[in-house]
Amino acid sequence: MIEIEGLTKAFDTLVAVDNVTLTVRPGEVLALLGPNGAGKTTTVRMLSAILKPTAGRARVAGYDVATQGDAVRRNVGMLTEAPGLYSRMTGREYLDFFGQLRQIPTPERHKRINELAEWFKITPAAKTRPTGNQKDALDRRLGEYSKGMAQKIALIRTLLHDPPVLLLDEPTSAMDPASARLVRDTIAQLRNDAHRAIILCTHNLPEAEELADRIAIIRQGRIVEQDATPALKARLLGPALMEIRLAHPSQNGIVTLIERTIAGYGAQVQDAGENWVRYSTPDPAVTNPALLQALIASGVAVMTLSEVTQSLEAVYLRAVEGDV
Amino acid sequence: MNIEARITSTPAAPTRFSAIWQRMHSAWWPAWVIFRREIRDTLRDWRIVLPIVILVVGFPFLANFAANRGLTFVNQYGASLIIERLLPSLMLVVGFFPSSFSLVIALETFAGEKERRSLESLLATPLTDLQLYVGKLLAATTPPVLASYVGIGSYLLLIGFTLDWWPPLSLLLVSMTLSTVQSLVMVSGAVIVSSQSTSVRAANLLASFIIIPMAFVLQAEASLLLFADYTVLWLIALCMVVVNVLLIRLGTHVFNREQLLGRDIDELNLQHAWQVFWEAAWPHHGLKALYTREIPAIIRGMRPELLITVLVILVGGMIVGVWGIQRFPLPAEAFDLSQVQNLETIGSIVSQSGLLTSFSPWAIFYNNARALLVAGGAALISLGILALLLLMAPVAIIVYVVGQIGGIGINPWLFLAVTVLPHGIVELPAAILATAQAMRMGDVMLAPPEEGGGVDGILRESGRFIKLFMGAVIPLLLIAAWIEARITPHLLLNFLGR
Repeated sequence: MIEIEGLTKAFDTLVAVDNVTLTVRPGEVLALLGPNGAGKTTTVRMLSAILKPTAGRARVAGYDVATQGDAVRRNVGMLTEAPGLYSRMTGREYLDFFGQLRQIPTPERHKRINELAEWFKITPAAKTRPTGNQKDALDRRLGEYSKGMAQKIALIRTLLHDPPVLLLDEPTSAMDPASARLVRDTIAQLRNDAHRAIILCTHNLPEAEELADRIAIIRQGRIVEQDATPALKARLLGPALMEIRLAHPSQNGIVTLIERTIAGYGAQVQDAGENWVRYSTPDPAVTNPALLQALIASGVAVMTLSEVTQSLEAVYLRAVEGDV
Repeated sequence: MNIEARITSTPAAPTRFSAIWQRMHSAWWPAWVIFRREIRDTLRDWRIVLPIVILVVGFPFLANFAANRGLTFVNQYGASLIIERLLPSLMLVVGFFPSSFSLVIALETFAGEKERRSLESLLATPLTDLQLYVGKLLAATTPPVLASYVGIGSYLLLIGFTLDWWPPLSLLLVSMTLSTVQSLVMVSGAVIVSSQSTSVRAANLLASFIIIPMAFVLQAEASLLLFADYTVLWLIALCMVVVNVLLIRLGTHVFNREQLLGRDIDELNLQHAWQVFWEAAWPHHGLKALYTREIPAIIRGMRPELLITVLVILVGGMIVGVWGIQRFPLPAEAFDLSQVQNLETIGSIVSQSGLLTSFSPWAIFYNNARALLVAGGAALISLGILALLLLMAPVAIIVYVVGQIGGIGINPWLFLAVTVLPHGIVELPAAILATAQAMRMGDVMLAPPEEGGGVDGILRESGRFIKLFMGAVIPLLLIAAWIEARITPHLLLNFLGR
């Protein structure tokens, strides 16, 4: 659905995007992570045929971004970094305006606006709709909207024409937790629809980890890492880190016993406390049962054995700080 | 609830008419949608609506009041003609004030959109650049122009009922045409200004490049109305249309997705500017390369401008010169060749004419080099037009003088061969080269290159102008000046002196 090969964009002497190669299949979410100015927005702008690549090529929904810009834009829903709404228009007028530009027939347009507004909880349901002088939220001027509401309107604008490709730049920024949850659920539902390919640019790493099938990390215009999250973690953060907790403070010789047992599996103790020991192992499926067996045989009371969660943040920092 | 859309339509088999209509509709519908949105937005902004309403409603009353008082005053001295000539001028002013708001609206419409960061979502739709440009251009022009018509109408009704003065139809038409084309010029200028700025504030600063020339134009128009010369007003309207076409051409070029979002040119990078200029101006590869590669390359690159320059100066110069001969014939005494007795008298005749400080090679060279440098500067502010006109003028003068000489019994070809040809054969190519490159500098403003955009393009072409000027034009002008001062007078004495 999105195929990028050697995509490059230079502004005079500044190379904003440098030889980027990516693929996003239908039904897949790719999170594009990177520090500010890394080239995320420029990449997204090229994929939505707003900017022309200096070199390389990209096909979006089957169309070439350099030569079939109109067709690309017809098939892409782009959520820009800033909502960029027209403050003197009402929410309904604004969405209707974009629906008209997309040439969606009037009855479908109105129906779609109402449905999406209801989905994003902008229009109160009929039973709870305010009466009297209170206006429907969608009929209020956009200048009166909160940041979160504005972001929701921008999201509806993006989904209005039901595009097969979505490019979402910070979709949950400025949203309260409940709204952000709603948007994440929406993205998850859109992902589950097998026809859609989604690129998600975000600084919210837990969100990326939750939603994305794959992560691409961009630094100074270049993709420095690209893989599924577990594979990235394994590659950048090394073997899995396990923690064993004992029921009682450790007796003398426990650490030595653990060290001796796991040494044969290429694992090693990293740290130890009064009633816990951490060790790294390249193959937990083999190391852990063997260790447990040895400890139980020695009469050690094991309370838990679990993997220490290594965050995507650690992966990200490792990648963008140039250690890879 | 399903967030999947179910957008379906079953198109009927199109007839030929409906197919054409469909094509027209899909081509212009987006522009119409943009137009409607912009108009609605403008009418909801009291900062724009209120001043326009005040100008449309209040200013005609003020102008009417001033006209009435003025008429009462001048009637005491029997000078009613003054105020009668002033009434059309006031009509123009009444029409201009609301139409000047087109500039404000355009700056808000284009630069405001960039500043509010709403442009990107618009550019992500299937709109073409032209549809967006046309929609916004019309939206910025329509309300002020309509307000201008209403203002003119109100003023005319008031003047008609109070002073019983009704303008001739031709005056009314020219006034309304001027209001319309002036608004369009301001809007199309504002598009260019907006494309070079990322904020309304920066655009407003640059807008003085539009409003100041327009104010001068308005004053010129008002003065011409005092002389009741409507023909010149139509010519001004025609010039405005030409300027408009050029500005719209430039506007459609700079108003594209790439330039609107791809560049941030509010910051002045003097070092980069100097580098671009210096790279183009300095002969980095030595003198031999300058004459064998660099100057020939510049000349090859400006072939269209060379062709246009030669055609315009020769054809235009001939037409203007011949028109001058017919319109302003000189008496035979104007060409008293008996005064041409020796080299000293030739020198004193030239000095007395005021054209040169002295009849020396340096004075001639300085005069010619200065004129061509001015042409280069003028090209930058006139999209190349003034450079052409400046070179056309001497050609027209030569045609005029040679034509007059023929009328008093002197062989015009001999006169041409003796007084113009020896130095002209060197001087004219130098002038054509400089003018063509000056035109190219203007062309770059109309069609900025992909690489670096308009500013870099102008700097690069200015650098090439300097390189061409130093490497080719100055040597040729020096040779021509020496011939003109040292050889031409001898030829004049030998062939035409008495």
